[in-house]
Amino acid sequence: MSNADVALTAHLMRRAGFGTTLTELEEYVKKGYENVVEDLVDIERCPPIDEDVVDRYFGASEGGYRTTWIYRMLNSPRPLEEKMALFWHHVFATGVGKNQHILASSMQIDMLRRVGLSNMREILLALSKDPAMIFWLDNNENRKGEPNENYGRELLELFSMGVGNYSEDDIKDCSRAFTGWTFTQPPPLYPQGYYPSHFVFIEEEHDNGEKTFLGHTGNLNGDDIIDIIVKQPACATFISRHLYNFFVADEPQVPSWNVTPPQDPDAVDTLSNAFLDSDGDIRHILRTLFNSDFFKEAQFKKVKSPTELVTGIVKLVGTYQKPELGMAKYPGATTLMGQELLNPPTVEGWHTGREWIDGGTLTERINFSVGELSDASKPGIEQIISRLKSNGSALSPDEFVDRCLELVGPLDVGETTRESLSRFAASQGDLNMGADDAEEENNARVVRMLQLIVSSREYQFA
Amino acid sequence: MAVSKKDPVLVVVELKGGNDFMNTIIPYTEGVYYDSRPVVGLKEEEVLPLNDTLAWNPNFEPLKDMYDQGEVAIVQGIGYPDSSRSHFRAMDVWHTCEPIEIGTEGWVGRVIRELDPNGENVLTGVSFGKGLPRALALSGVPATSIDNLDTYGLMTDIEADPQRLQALEIFKEMYSPAIGTGVVMDYLSQTGLDVIKGSDALKKAPAMYTSEVEYESNPIAKSLRDVARVHLADLGTRVFYTQHGGYDHHANEVPSHPKLLAELSGAIRDFFKDLRDHDASDEVVMLVFSEFGRRIRDNASGTDHGTGGGAFIIGDHVQGGLYAEYPSLDPARWANGEDLEHTIDFRGIYGTVLEQWMGLDPTPVVDGTFEQIHPFADR
Repeated sequence: MSNADVALTAHLMRRAGFGTTLTELEEYVKKGYENVVEDLVDIERCPPIDEDVVDRYFGASEGGYRTTWIYRMLNSPRPLEEKMALFWHHVFATGVGKNQHILASSMQIDMLRRVGLSNMREILLALSKDPAMIFWLDNNENRKGEPNENYGRELLELFSMGVGNYSEDDIKDCSRAFTGWTFTQPPPLYPQGYYPSHFVFIEEEHDNGEKTFLGHTGNLNGDDIIDIIVKQPACATFISRHLYNFFVADEPQVPSWNVTPPQDPDAVDTLSNAFLDSDGDIRHILRTLFNSDFFKEAQFKKVKSPTELVTGIVKLVGTYQKPELGMAKYPGATTLMGQELLNPPTVEGWHTGREWIDGGTLTERINFSVGELSDASKPGIEQIISRLKSNGSALSPDEFVDRCLELVGPLDVGETTRESLSRFAASQGDLNMGADDAEEENNARVVRMLQLIVSSREYQFA
Repeated sequence: MAVSKKDPVLVVVELKGGNDFMNTIIPYTEGVYYDSRPVVGLKEEEVLPLNDTLAWNPNFEPLKDMYDQGEVAIVQGIGYPDSSRSHFRAMDVWHTCEPIEIGTEGWVGRVIRELDPNGENVLTGVSFGKGLPRALALSGVPATSIDNLDTYGLMTDIEADPQRLQALEIFKEMYSPAIGTGVVMDYLSQTGLDVIKGSDALKKAPAMYTSEVEYESNPIAKSLRDVARVHLADLGTRVFYTQHGGYDHHANEVPSHPKLLAELSGAIRDFFKDLRDHDASDEVVMLVFSEFGRRIRDNASGTDHGTGGGAFIIGDHVQGGLYAEYPSLDPARWANGEDLEHTIDFRGIYGTVLEQWMGLDPTPVVDGTFEQIHPFADR
């Protein structure tokens, strides 16, 4: 296996998944790139996560949906399923801060996991019937004769097409078509705790009048609206640009998309054609994406989201491959880095790319990473140490740096970073991992090198 | 009263969750108060009268004492039109001054940009707490967020000092700007080096500080002590921001709300005493606010989200007293049939502090012109 293969597979797994352990990476490389893409996209080729383990552990002891979700990200044999749930969570940003009903928000993520790799029609339909979404955008207040346009507007503006592709009248009639789409009110939280809420269509609240939406006239219901939306080239382009932004390279923030063209219009066209050719089949679009040159050439072209940074680090140190106490710190860490799962700041979702970074969040990122890498006995670090040992002879400072960069990523770094790391390595001379009398000291040197590598600017990129 | 010797400093204290203003400054002579709040209402004999119609929550006594010294302006009925009852949305509105559209620019971020347009001092705006509140978030404007002042900085998990210092040296080298690496990489360089600059400067603060004031042991006291330590270290910070959480009393309001008020008012008293002991109390004004008040009627355990609330402006330069109007308790004038109506827009209160204390034009910060109050004695 060539270094380029390893680098490419690692790239795929950072984007389509949440990073890998060294062992996983080597297995993926052996399978071959296209095969791995098939495994990722055609999820039934891999077993689902052991739900019994998840239920037994997270149901009773260390609760918290966010923690459970991070466990799934780290350990699901179907990483793309979790990554797509996260993708749709970015796009269909719904905040638990408003509904204060963690169960409804959790059930929304479960829904996104379930339909996330199906087709656009099914996804928008499930979204429109999701209680957390209905409450978030007030569709429960959307009634015949007194429409509430919040959901109707965002469905078009943020969830499917983007501004400029419909008129204000389209929004009005789109909203009328979703009148009566609401949810059953769960029993009050206190003192019984959370009960689920379910979608319900209330005929008496539904407006059966004639509506005109994007040139189609009739007694349109929400289903009809979605049928019309998913056939629009604007929907294909909008979702393709989202996929590009999430999986390939950082685009400007969504509200500017109607005035700023994509950085790679050909790539977005390719994805959008895949969308139109397949009636919005997400698997087909993703297969196209992961096998494209523009994807393969985009290594380190995206700033990692907090969730990607945290899961990537945990994968690197190899902990929590089984449920264990202590995982609740991870959703806390992503929150401090600016991404509280289940609670995006607005319906527009998180601002991504460089906007993840400010003085506070960069400090959190670095301190988290350094903290996770401070213990040489963690399985991932032990494995790196044993690889360095297997070199046999002593490593020169440059070799020490190169080997570590390889084992951490492989990570591409610029000259400035490489030289700084080499100077650091050189300050203690050659590294002779074979020397038994210096084991502790050598391990500490490796830990410090790894800590510096994950603190680098380059490591902030996926 | 002396004119302050230094540039004016603002300390913002955010009460998270929606402080129950009606149980903080209590309309103790109104029957409707007792009728509406059979469970959470305070008894007439418990409260500390302020005048013929209003009284202090007894646990807010330290603030009452400061009020009696003429140092506290009570802003009654603060809010904004069509107030949102969602914490997230409401706090967002307060943070961005944008009640209709979803705003992304924090108002304190804009203040920092006005004060330090070239971003020369990364400590111009400092927040204490976990994570940077949106109020301070503004792309391209540095703001420093400190969880623990005593351990603030990068790579704090590296225990041995020489090793941490060496790691920080390498970090600085790794983050030195290089030509042709792209704007995001440049931005990361700048941000990383700013963090180092900020933490280098902040390191001095704990060492320089001595005080005879013994703050209590609770989060808001700890935060305000940190504000005092950084302010007294003279690092050029002009806006401090901190939060006090737990005010979302849907349930169990009776035991927990008074406790928070006691912590808050005790911490404010100690903070100003500390500054006074260091001859610095006239350099600082504090603004205390919350994202909304609570429902007039209780729900038999606590109170649900409401609208109009209250704020406090505190400091040596403040001319104490009641400002704006206490919202009407006449049920015919209840907002939404159940809430206190707001009587002054919060953006006018930000404006008051910015214009009359900080000497800034508030219009671009709060995005408009709003009615101000005049609580400053000599400015």
